[in-house]
Amino acid sequence: MRVLLVDDEKELVEALAERLGIRGIEAHWETTGDAALKRIGEEAFDLAILDVKIPGISGIDLQRKMKVKCPDLKFMFLTGHGSQDDFAAGSSETGEDYYLLKPVHIDELMEKMKKLMSE
Amino acid sequence: MKILNKIKPEFWDHHDSDAGPYRSQFDFRRIWYLAVFLTSAVVLAPLIFMTVMDYRATKHDVESEILLRTSRLVSNVRRTFSYFLDERKSALDFVVHDRCFDECMNPERLNAILENLKKSFGGFTDLGLIDHRGIQLSYVGPYGLKGRDYSEQEWFKQVALRGVFISDVFMGYRNVPHLVIAVKCTPVDGDFFVLRAALDTEKFNDLLSKLEIAGQGDAFIINHGGVLQTPMSAHGEVLQKISLPVPEYAPKTRVLEWMDKNGGALIIGYKYIADTPFILMVVKHKKELMRPWEDTRKKLIWFLIISVAFILFVILGGVTYLVNRIFQSDRKLIITLHQVEYANKMASIGRLAAGVAHEINNPLAIINEKAGLMKDLFLFKKEYAGNDTLMGLLDSIIRSVARCGRITKRLLGFARHMDVSIQTVNLEEVVREVLGFLNKEAEFRCIEILIEVAEDIPRIQTDAGKLQQIILNIINNAFAAMGDNGHLHVVSRMEGKDSVSLSISDDGSGISEKDLKRVFEPFFSTKTGKGGTGLGLSITYGLVEQIGGKIEVKSELNKGTTFTIILPLVTEEKEMKSSCVYS
Repeated sequence: MRVLLVDDEKELVEALAERLGIRGIEAHWETTGDAALKRIGEEAFDLAILDVKIPGISGIDLQRKMKVKCPDLKFMFLTGHGSQDDFAAGSSETGEDYYLLKPVHIDELMEKMKKLMSE
Repeated sequence: MKILNKIKPEFWDHHDSDAGPYRSQFDFRRIWYLAVFLTSAVVLAPLIFMTVMDYRATKHDVESEILLRTSRLVSNVRRTFSYFLDERKSALDFVVHDRCFDECMNPERLNAILENLKKSFGGFTDLGLIDHRGIQLSYVGPYGLKGRDYSEQEWFKQVALRGVFISDVFMGYRNVPHLVIAVKCTPVDGDFFVLRAALDTEKFNDLLSKLEIAGQGDAFIINHGGVLQTPMSAHGEVLQKISLPVPEYAPKTRVLEWMDKNGGALIIGYKYIADTPFILMVVKHKKELMRPWEDTRKKLIWFLIISVAFILFVILGGVTYLVNRIFQSDRKLIITLHQVEYANKMASIGRLAAGVAHEINNPLAIINEKAGLMKDLFLFKKEYAGNDTLMGLLDSIIRSVARCGRITKRLLGFARHMDVSIQTVNLEEVVREVLGFLNKEAEFRCIEILIEVAEDIPRIQTDAGKLQQIILNIINNAFAAMGDNGHLHVVSRMEGKDSVSLSISDDGSGISEKDLKRVFEPFFSTKTGKGGTGLGLSITYGLVEQIGGKIEVKSELNKGTTFTIILPLVTEEKEMKSSCVYS
């Protein structure tokens, strides 16, 4: 499974990617929407885990653009924001189960990723 | 006093001292006093003024009428008297001018004249002929007065001078009251002679005795010296001096008021009868005459009293009702302000919580991942994997992050609920979320919390934010009522097919039966001395109503209290908008 993490907190995505790597998941990361779009255009990914608010673009919009480029790509949202608008928008796109609040337990994240991929 | 307490209006004992930031805009007692005073003054002043004016006018009219009637009576009686005397004087005048001196000298002729006079006019008792020297030359009558010398008597001098004389009533030789009329005749060829007749007072008195005089009145005649010429019914025999003063001369009938010796008011009408020594007097008691007025006066006073009482009753009732309505509107306003303030506070807390949580979540996530990565890396290095201290420290960091994460999640959950209306919620989760805020306090005070939720309870559709506030308010109250080492018991079960019940029980101080009935009333509080507004439970009640539920309370003093909320499984949006202000 190849996963792309997109979050403006570099330290977070770096550490998370490494942890996923230790667990046998190939995880890459980007900190901007543009870089993420470029990356999925160039490489194949199975799953994208997006922050809901990235500077310059909302996670929802980024997801829509990514879907255009890569229709089979699956998505999860990982966010520190708790606003109802984000929750409603995000969970309507991915379902409540795949809209996760930071800080997230790595095992919980792994379980949800496997569940999503099996759907 | 009990009656006063019963009719005392709600606003009477209202005090704003503990009302907090929202005070009444009015001093209700002052408004009441002012309204009652002003309305009474405006309504009663004209009424009283008009009544007084009417009273005085009517009294004046009655008194004037009395005086007028008395005056008319005196005039009429005077006319009768004058006519009586004039008639007899004219008769004598006719006789003395019609008959010659010699004819009158003849006793039989004189007697015949006397008899005719008696028959025609009545009242004559005797008749005498007196010559110019004052000697009575001829006399017919019962008293044998022939030969009497009247030359020195005043009456003879008067008649010689004026031609006619009417005496007042006197006793004289006869020893009975009588009066005398004398008429002079001056023949062309000789000296004058006088015809003198005596009249008894019987007919005289009859004229007056037949009068019906109102007001316990009395009519009588006095002479200019105040000596009674006719009997006075009250106290006075003929020829006695009256106790009243002789009124001063007036050419016309006069009526005046006088006080008798007992202090009673008298109305005295009098007339000097011209060419006679007589004064006709009519005396009436004013009190008797004013009796019809007294009746009217009493009715007027009663009318005034009843009118004033009725008006005051209506004013007091009306003003009390209106001021009460103002008071109740004012309270509704205060309740609404409190509810708005409460809602705003909750919204602000929600926004603040969301802001804080968001700011903390990212750094927390970083710590979480870095600590997690450290642990993952150490697990791969054999020299670290077995190091329990190292692993323990990392686990501690990760646990603390998780704990912070739960707190921020809770805060965000609370905040999220503020924005949304209907949500599907798990009742137990909401209860635990709320209790999560109070865990530290519960721990610190050793309060044991027991949650029992039946398994068959589904998720319910309701306003999670309001539900949170309701549960938070009730649990806060429970904590306040309990001492340390208390017990809080939360039980939830199905209530029929469509509702679920949530009971929150504490073993705190409890509520008395008397207060239990009022516990949801706005402004009712047992904590008002400590700055409470008394609106917490009434707001809670309002919130329960707004989400379509019901709330009940049971309590026993010193044993504890149980609040039970029954909620529908599904709450429609429109149901929630229908009840906005608790009233």
